[in-house]
Amino acid sequence: MKILVCISHVPDTTSKINFKENDTKFDNNGVQFVINPYDEFALTRAMWFKEKQGATITAVTVGNTSTEPTLRKALAIGADDAIRVNTEAIDGLQVAKELAEVVKNGSYNLVLAGKESIDYNGGMVPGMLAALVDYNFVNACIGLEIEGEKATISREIDGGKEILSANLPLVIAGQKGLVEEKDLRIPNMRGIMMARKKPLSILEPISTKTATTTASFEKPATKSACKIVSTENIGELVDLLHNEAKVI
Amino acid sequence: MSVLILAETLEGKFKKSTFEATSYGKKVAELLGTTTVVLAINATNPSELYTYGAEKVLNVSNENLKTFNAKVYANIIQQAVEKENAQIVIIDASANGLYVAPMVAVNINAGYASNVVAIPSSTTPFVVKRKAFSSKGFNNTEINTDVKVIGLSKNSFGIIENEVAGTTEDFSPSVIETTIVSEKIEQTTGTVTIADADIVVSGGRGLKGPENWGMVEELAQILGAATACSKPVSDLGWRPHSEHVGQTGKPVASNLYIAIGISGAIQHLAGINSSKVKVVINTDAEAPFFKAADYGIVGDAFEVVPKLIEKLKEFKTNNI
Repeated sequence: MKILVCISHVPDTTSKINFKENDTKFDNNGVQFVINPYDEFALTRAMWFKEKQGATITAVTVGNTSTEPTLRKALAIGADDAIRVNTEAIDGLQVAKELAEVVKNGSYNLVLAGKESIDYNGGMVPGMLAALVDYNFVNACIGLEIEGEKATISREIDGGKEILSANLPLVIAGQKGLVEEKDLRIPNMRGIMMARKKPLSILEPISTKTATTTASFEKPATKSACKIVSTENIGELVDLLHNEAKVI
Repeated sequence: MSVLILAETLEGKFKKSTFEATSYGKKVAELLGTTTVVLAINATNPSELYTYGAEKVLNVSNENLKTFNAKVYANIIQQAVEKENAQIVIIDASANGLYVAPMVAVNINAGYASNVVAIPSSTTPFVVKRKAFSSKGFNNTEINTDVKVIGLSKNSFGIIENEVAGTTEDFSPSVIETTIVSEKIEQTTGTVTIADADIVVSGGRGLKGPENWGMVEELAQILGAATACSKPVSDLGWRPHSEHVGQTGKPVASNLYIAIGISGAIQHLAGINSSKVKVVINTDAEAPFFKAADYGIVGDAFEVVPKLIEKLKEFKTNNI
């Protein structure tokens, strides 16, 4: 089984989000970048298939040179090789088209990704990629088993879950449940040393056309201070929720 | 030209998110000087959508479409887009909506903006405001393609009545074959789901143990709310994973979110930021949640929650 794991290079969850150049650009200053947490679930599941079923893993990202440390981290965790498509990721469809090219050329039969990136929260690249290469696709995947060519997949639905079956090739957009958080791996020294020697190839993009662009960014309106209700007067909270907030 | 809205049904009944998507679609159609078409698959009462501005309902009745299949649905939406010459497609943020929307975008060669929270701020160029950075920011996205897909964030526009004289037209799209099969659906019945809930009551480690969840459930029941929990609580196995809300759990975009014994770690807040009104009950006045909340009570949940239940019962009796 040849697995492609799609990695997004994103600001760490605890980052302060700021914008620059008149709110037209994301401000990288002081921001720590990490593997997108949802992609980490995907990579960890891929490692299971590598160790138990002899799969090979290629990690891929679409981005400029600044994303390489994140790809190296994926290699340190255990991916066999990595690909960077050398263009800035601006729009979901643009990224999906670049990934589709990688999938076609590498004839991967399983593509694992996170269901969304925690920066733009687009939630679109895996589904678009699947449609572009005409692979079956499951979104919000919380369980994946593969026997030979046959996959059994669980996905989260509103108020429950659905079990699906499909043959490879397949694109999976994963989330927690695909693996648990305790299964996530921190790269060890040996992994980090080995990652330096693993191949990281750089591909030029097929196009730089985008379907969407960001015209500007905004920060949420500053919130007014929390109103504190005394424990002696809890009826006041009910009153505020009814008359002021109008939510009950 | 038209604005096409995908309706979502559960056992034939429209979901609330469909009323919101239709209300939103009507507004977008007005801005563009065009009309609305709703695509409804196996809906019992299509005319219900006229109230929210559906000028035409394409009504599909087909036993083979009883179970949602993203590939099949994406193809049917494509057929509807072509038939109605739709310029904009609006899809809600339900599990099925999020699943199908990117596939639709590729099928019709459209730019797609998800998490959209407002009507377009401009139609030429076409710009919509969307949530990003786990609700720590927004980006105004310009969609450059001729046909556009909009994923509407839940509870962002609201349900707005706008009665029109609508018509319902039977639509019989072709149904493509697929090799991905739904084997089983396990629905948790009888309780309000986090995705659909207007109110969510959530408990954290401050509640000390799973045996203390009775009062959380009672509070939720009085409010018609869904129950949820913080990450440590689901990690400890006090509550099922399906209740975990936060960065890596379920996102919450309810009208009211009540956090009991949750300190408000940044990962938790990232998942619940989109809720309109947030209430925190915590013994520690320094807990970060108080910075994010609209209303707070500094106190012991074991004293505060029973009193709150009592007050809400009184309120319900007086307000029926």
